Amino acid sequence: MATTAAAQRQRAPRDGTRPRRPVALLAAALTAVLAASALVAIGAGSASIPPADTAAYLWASLTGGTIPADEVGRYQIVWQIRTPRVLLAALVGAGLGAMGVAVQAMVRNPLAEPYLLGVSAGAATGAVAVGVWGGLGALGIYAVSGGAFLGALAAAAVVYLAAAQSTGLSPLRLVLVGVAMSFAFQAAMSVLVYFAPDAEAASTVLFWTMGGFGAASWTTLPIVAVAVAAGIAVLARKARVLDVLSLGEETASSLGVDTGRQLAWLLALTSLVTGVMVAASGAIGFVGLIVPHVVRIAVGADHGRVLAVAPLAGAVLMVWIDLASRTLVAPRELPVGAVTALIGVPVFVYLLRRRGYLFGGS
Amino acid sequence: MDVRLDRLGVDIGGTAIVRDLTLSAPSGSVLGIIGPNGSGKTTALRGVYRALPPSSGAVWVGDRDLWRLPRHEAARTVAAVTQQHRTHLDFTVAEIVAMGRHPHHRHGGRLSEAERRLCREAMERVDVAHLADRGALTLSGGEMQRVLVARALAQQPSVLVLDEPTNHLDLRHQLGLLSLIAASDLTVLAVLHDLNLAAAVCDRIAVLAEGRVVAVGEPHEVLTAELLATVFGVDGEVVPHPRTGRPQLLYSIPDTEGTRT
Repeated sequence: MATTAAAQRQRAPRDGTRPRRPVALLAAALTAVLAASALVAIGAGSASIPPADTAAYLWASLTGGTIPADEVGRYQIVWQIRTPRVLLAALVGAGLGAMGVAVQAMVRNPLAEPYLLGVSAGAATGAVAVGVWGGLGALGIYAVSGGAFLGALAAAAVVYLAAAQSTGLSPLRLVLVGVAMSFAFQAAMSVLVYFAPDAEAASTVLFWTMGGFGAASWTTLPIVAVAVAAGIAVLARKARVLDVLSLGEETASSLGVDTGRQLAWLLALTSLVTGVMVAASGAIGFVGLIVPHVVRIAVGADHGRVLAVAPLAGAVLMVWIDLASRTLVAPRELPVGAVTALIGVPVFVYLLRRRGYLFGGS
Repeated sequence: MDVRLDRLGVDIGGTAIVRDLTLSAPSGSVLGIIGPNGSGKTTALRGVYRALPPSSGAVWVGDRDLWRLPRHEAARTVAAVTQQHRTHLDFTVAEIVAMGRHPHHRHGGRLSEAERRLCREAMERVDVAHLADRGALTLSGGEMQRVLVARALAQQPSVLVLDEPTNHLDLRHQLGLLSLIAASDLTVLAVLHDLNLAAAVCDRIAVLAEGRVVAVGEPHEVLTAELLATVFGVDGEVVPHPRTGRPQLLYSIPDTEGTRT
């Protein structure tokens, strides 16, 4: 086996075959990297805590152990502030990676990402509307997040209604309507900000459009965890449908797939999961675009393989991006969305220039 | 299984492209569909492989109404090689052929050993087995076309629908594909542009013009100089093939003055 793999690797550039790394091994390695990254990220910050102590505090929290009285402050930082933050980053990274894979297959476009279909613009509009103008008082401190979530769902619903025909949805219509609706929601948001009674609106907009994990807490984490885990599990089960959909509508029909119906439920699923993530952390760009491509370079296009790796890759990437965003210019924090683009763009361009990765038919 | 198009009508965007189409192909036969551009050939086929629902009429396969079957059931009966087949993802050839098994696996799951062998044989039949690990985006048009035929064969249908299957193929592979079609026990519906190839391989030929059948029958009955003139607007002669006796068409290219050269 080892010699065959080596032979394949040697042959790769000449006849266009691509070596396929074993997915299980890659997933296991990424899981280990994720655990180590999380430990490092939880320890790092203005109060630096060695990984051994971090691990001890986490162990104490999980098993109900005791902490020496003089370390309670450090324990609080680790358990109440940094752990939920790092976990939220990992969850959102995983979710964005997986939803990016799904949206690219749905609309058959390598430029697609989870926010393409209006979800982020809708969420930002909803958040600004609630944050600036009030409403959803019943949700207390989560009113703005609630507004973002409702805005995301409203956007998805509007996109669906505007794109649907008697024969169901088609990928091209979905993209066109999604892009158009994003513009409409952004315009609505601008109008809201323009007429806002105070200047706070502008910073609210910045947060929702650039994103950040500063608001992470143990209270909201389970909601994100359930949404992301369920979303990924459903997509993984439907991996072969994603394969067939990405061959195009005609071919999918001839293989017994109801394109319109599959697109409708995929739109619902990706919008719901993305909406929950945006409500928790704002619209963090770029991860949902590049992670699917990076993963395909490693494991090929098969969606079963891609979906086994993309969530882990997204999680690792996001944990490090969040760490960079809060340590690079400490004590200030960079918007996570800015860091994803600044780190992500060069990495992405480098990967695209590597030989052997083809997409979009060129 | 035999296929019958029974007064089939198909609309696109409210315009009737195919009207009142009645055609039949006995089990195991090859029915060629020819006609000028825009005559509704592709649209008629789309009504058969369930990409466009009929506005009237029905498609029967054996005694079953194709459009009343569950989708996966219909896809186990009818496989298609369409003209629209670009993918933006670099699947390997083996992965694309394996997708032909999709209608047989409604809830996912791995391919069995027998299915993998089936895919392998399908690739061998159209001479793409050596490309199994190649990325689809590195293939030439003709190689891709053969891969799609392999995928359709892996689907194990009883009816094969082909929309200009010889597109992009070099002469050897054109003839190879057509002899495979002729020898198989599948019922084949094929839109063909090359009338000589159609004459050589089809048991019956239907001629479409403006969404309707204008002639149908065996190649020697249909392919006449008169039909070339009236339907295709082409001046030509029909001669028997010296060895097979099948009709062969010889065209003359009009010069700009319209006289024969």
